[in-house]
Amino acid sequence: MLLEPGKEHLPEFFRRHRVELVCSLPYYQADMVDRLRGAGVFQKSLEALRRLNELGYGREGSELVLNLMANPVGAYFPPPQAELEILFRRELGRRYGIRFHQLFTLINMPIGRFEEFLRRSNNYERYLNRLAGSFNPATVPSLMCRHLISVSWEGILYDCDFNQALNLPLGEELPRHIRDFDLKALQHRRIRLAEHCYGCTAGSGSSCAGSLEG
Amino acid sequence: MSHYYEENDLERFAELGRYRPELFEIFMNYYQNVMAEGALSVREKALIALAVAHTVQCPYCIDAYTRACLESGSNPEEMTEAVHVAAAIKGGATLIHGVQMHNVTDKVSI
Ligand code: SF4
Repeated sequence: MLLEPGKEHLPEFFRRHRVELVCSLPYYQADMVDRLRGAGVFQKSLEALRRLNELGYGREGSELVLNLMANPVGAYFPPPQAELEILFRRELGRRYGIRFHQLFTLINMPIGRFEEFLRRSNNYERYLNRLAGSFNPATVPSLMCRHLISVSWEGILYDCDFNQALNLPLGEELPRHIRDFDLKALQHRRIRLAEHCYGCTAGSGSSCAGSLEG
Repeated sequence: MSHYYEENDLERFAELGRYRPELFEIFMNYYQNVMAEGALSVREKALIALAVAHTVQCPYCIDAYTRACLESGSNPEEMTEAVHVAAAIKGGATLIHGVQMHNVTDKVSI
């Protein structure tokens, strides 16, 4: 994205304003990434990361924070975050000379295109069972929906971005538009749960900022 | 039962504890300890298990340890190398027995 025409100024803009960056990189090998994202995407990601490294992003001790976000390339769970970070650091450094600060892992949520893939490939039931079977009550207090709300561009309120993607707005008893914002009512609301929520509560948990447990 | 090997049977492994549960429990305890992080990492152990799964040609183990390898951060290239290691040792083990064949041939030949 940083290399697209008309956006070349962004890395320098980010550096000037000390913007903390999180870049999506599912794996450190081209074939795995391109399978998920399309041909040539890995190479483009590497170029963007190199550019950011050149500007000082991701270097040890640098205040220009460059974190990576990895999610599995299929119907399986991510490795423990700390272990994958060691692997990524070693391989990205050794193969491409790329440096970064932290790696976050994400569990693939069974929604949207990934849900279509799960159903098409006959993986849906087993994946869902696996998510539900890995339910970890310790993740519940940190779930995104317990601390945030998600607002669409039209101002409609959702429990989280996943519910927004699924078009599951807040319940009818609650303020449903940003113009009716009511902190108290929203803080004590009933969250709209569905099957995909097991994606947030499985194992060490998952949020938009990676695994919920270190 | 339409096939000898059913995918869902993998999840029924614990049924082996139906009789003599204490034996299954001892086995599972041992198994979990063996596969846990030690001098070797969980990732390395999963790759070894994948190689062994291919030599014992157990579809349950191949299924389980293919997933375990991916979930511990290995990639298909590394997993393929592990399977080649298994094949090389198995092939080598077959060939080294050729020496026994030579021995017998030499013994019975004038
Ligand atoms: S998907 Fe469900 S559990 Fe996860 S943040 Fe949204 S509402 Fe909460």
